[in-house]
Amino acid sequence: MRSSLALSLSFALVLSPLVSACGGDDDDDDSTVDDTGDDPGDDVADDDGGSDACGDIEGRCIELSPADDGGAGGDQEALQTAFIDALPGDVILLHAGTYEFTLGLSLDVDQVTLRGEGEAETVLSFLGQIEGAQGILITADDFTAEDFAIEDTAGDGLKVEGGARIVFRGVRAEWTGEQAEDNGAYGIYPVQCTDILIEESIVRGASDAGIYVGQSERAVVRNSTVENNVAGIEIENTYDADVYGNTATANTGGILVFNLPDLQVESGGRTRVYDNDIFENNGENFAPAGNTVAQVPPGTGFVALSAHQVEVFGNTFTDNMSFQVGIISYYLTPFPLEDDTYDPYSDTLYFHDNVFVGGGDMPSGTLGAVVRGALDTNLGVDAPETIPDISFDHILNPEQVDEKTGELLPDFNICLQDNGDADFVSLDAGAEVPFAGINLDATPFDCAHDPLPAVELDGVPL
Amino acid sequence: MSPARAALRPALLLLGVGLAAGCGGDDDDGSGDVADAAASIDAGIDAGVDAAVVTDVCDPAPGEGVAFDLAAPPCEHLSSYRFFVDGPAQVPNQEVVPYDLNTPLFSDYATKHRFFWLPTGQAMAYSETGVFDMPVGSVLIKTFSYLADLRDPASAERLVETRLLVHRADKWEGLVYLWNEDQTEAELRRAGAVVPVEWIHTDGEPRQLSYIVPNTNQCVNCHVVHIEGEDITTPIGIQARHLNRDSGVGELPVNQLELWSEMGVLTGAPADAADAPRAPVFDDPETGTVDERARGWLDINCSHCHSQVGPARTSGLDLTVGQADPSQYGVCKPPIAAGPGSGGRLYDIVPGLPDESILMFRLESVEPEIRMPEVLRQTVHSESLELMREWITALPGDCGPPK
Repeated sequence: MRSSLALSLSFALVLSPLVSACGGDDDDDDSTVDDTGDDPGDDVADDDGGSDACGDIEGRCIELSPADDGGAGGDQEALQTAFIDALPGDVILLHAGTYEFTLGLSLDVDQVTLRGEGEAETVLSFLGQIEGAQGILITADDFTAEDFAIEDTAGDGLKVEGGARIVFRGVRAEWTGEQAEDNGAYGIYPVQCTDILIEESIVRGASDAGIYVGQSERAVVRNSTVENNVAGIEIENTYDADVYGNTATANTGGILVFNLPDLQVESGGRTRVYDNDIFENNGENFAPAGNTVAQVPPGTGFVALSAHQVEVFGNTFTDNMSFQVGIISYYLTPFPLEDDTYDPYSDTLYFHDNVFVGGGDMPSGTLGAVVRGALDTNLGVDAPETIPDISFDHILNPEQVDEKTGELLPDFNICLQDNGDADFVSLDAGAEVPFAGINLDATPFDCAHDPLPAVELDGVPL
Repeated sequence: MSPARAALRPALLLLGVGLAAGCGGDDDDGSGDVADAAASIDAGIDAGVDAAVVTDVCDPAPGEGVAFDLAAPPCEHLSSYRFFVDGPAQVPNQEVVPYDLNTPLFSDYATKHRFFWLPTGQAMAYSETGVFDMPVGSVLIKTFSYLADLRDPASAERLVETRLLVHRADKWEGLVYLWNEDQTEAELRRAGAVVPVEWIHTDGEPRQLSYIVPNTNQCVNCHVVHIEGEDITTPIGIQARHLNRDSGVGELPVNQLELWSEMGVLTGAPADAADAPRAPVFDDPETGTVDERARGWLDINCSHCHSQVGPARTSGLDLTVGQADPSQYGVCKPPIAAGPGSGGRLYDIVPGLPDESILMFRLESVEPEIRMPEVLRQTVHSESLELMREWITALPGDCGPPK
């Protein structure tokens, strides 16, 4: 425990004119920023008597309000100073208003909460950012972000690298202008983290994935909204993720589960995607070429790419115009493969109890055109009018193939159950003459896997 | 003895005096571990508790030695530490050792003055491949400045910031001091700053930019490695291969490693610096092949992040000079999480085709979300681009046709 002396000393060292008293007045904020910002002052208090918005906290509550000179460095200095001077347990409370930043911010102190007064009320604007590959970089454990928006960062929005117990709640990350390939890649971006909770958050306009969980372990993404991104939600090279209750619309692709080569965390698995509303993800693909998601055809609901142990159930797929659901291998991408340790095949997937409405009627992108053409060429009059709801490239891991049936062994198969009147296509894309064996027969996939257990986060209550 | 070594003798003598004073080494009792500070601070005051001591440490009694107290909080003014006998002119205290690197990190055409200070009587231990082991209490000092005219090293110089990297018991801590307009003092600045600077460039054209002083959190964005779940702070340039070169001090060239061994501030180094590794000078063809110079340039400019343990480990791109696998250092490697940084190109490096290589795109861009390195790169380092282009053009092989 800290002594009160230690507390007051640390305050004296950290004070910025923009750090206001909890529950105190903000009117005397001094927006002069030429100072070093560390003059001692008397306008910070402990949580005793603090704003209700500070909540019931153990540490201090550092309250900030927007600089009244309209930015010009005041907000930059105030929040960055708060980050530098933060102590574990602190809440940094951003009162309503728009904060303006020109440089990236960074936090390296564990157990800090950055809290606003609502995603519509507290806005961190990075319009005009001149340095920093993201808006805020967090390299700390036990970080919580809640109830604020981060807008128009030059690169990624909020990036957390190597953190444990990371929570995003009620956060909005958005690029407010046109969808453009110079928008940042990711809105909410934990990478090489453990025990991640992202909930009730919103991401719009990301040129790669709105919510991206990469190279991580144990993540829950729930009750969030992703729209107008290239990818809505992407779970990449991550073990044990639950993605549920989300709304994904107007993205190029709604929800993606990928495993990519040449990464430190070499694979991923055990992902549940359920009870999501995935509709009209027909947005233009504005990802710069070279990025994997640039290959996603507009009109994609869900894609499993080189994915293993994925359970997809209880979702509604509506009017995704190319592929409501795609199951593919890395070999279907145009990229070379040098990584000997990488498993490029999708296997052990289980789709059940999903609802499919419309979709597949305007196949787009290279893959959409190729598959439409393959259906027509090989099936002639029997070709379905729309791309079937579930498309499987049928590029199989030779080590997992049952020699008698030519299909995946039961343990590794793609299983489909109770998906209403969903139709299906096996593309036979890996054949010597690609698509030669294309067919609509789903019976080899009439199987079930054991359900995956719910993800539990270590140290983050759900 | 060469004149250069003779000129350094007074420094050695002073180091000896400091040692003789018997104050070296013990950082734990906070009693002032530097000769002069020890003489000037009242004995018996427990530093770190009584605020009055903080003031004393940062306002030392007159003296000549460095007055750095590891136990005390950072001083507001750089001059308090007496690392310099003339700060504005960057003339170091005799206990403070200047150094240079074979190929430095490019930083928006700033001039850099580098120094290290070791606790009195102590030395750093040589490593052939890694960062030298510097004792707790060591301080690395680096000043960033702008010459009025890059063509004239003697032209007026505008000091912008002096960074300290302090070896505390558990980590290296970064401190940033911002020089004032009058160039008389540098003050502690933790939240970063934007400083307009201007200069005459090498082509004779005037240039200007808003120089970005990092916030102190950003120090660890580069000076950190992630090993077995732990973030470990570390210096970068204090490695044999970077330091194995002639010193800029003195009238005749003398190898830095040999000089420091003789001074007693470096232990374990080969007697002959020719036996130590040596990084090439990127723009001096006599110091290495195109491949060696290009890889060396990428190493010092990129590998503090792009390694197996650096902050950019998540990208899967490893630009350390020791990485032998071409796909690991970018050849035909698709980008990860590059976003707009891909520039629409498919691979980090396409052999023979610099203009199809993401690496060139990012080196040639000044957009914050695209440019590499991320910081102090508002300008393009034209001098290295030619080398990188030449290197990629000469790389053998191809990435195959698109499938």
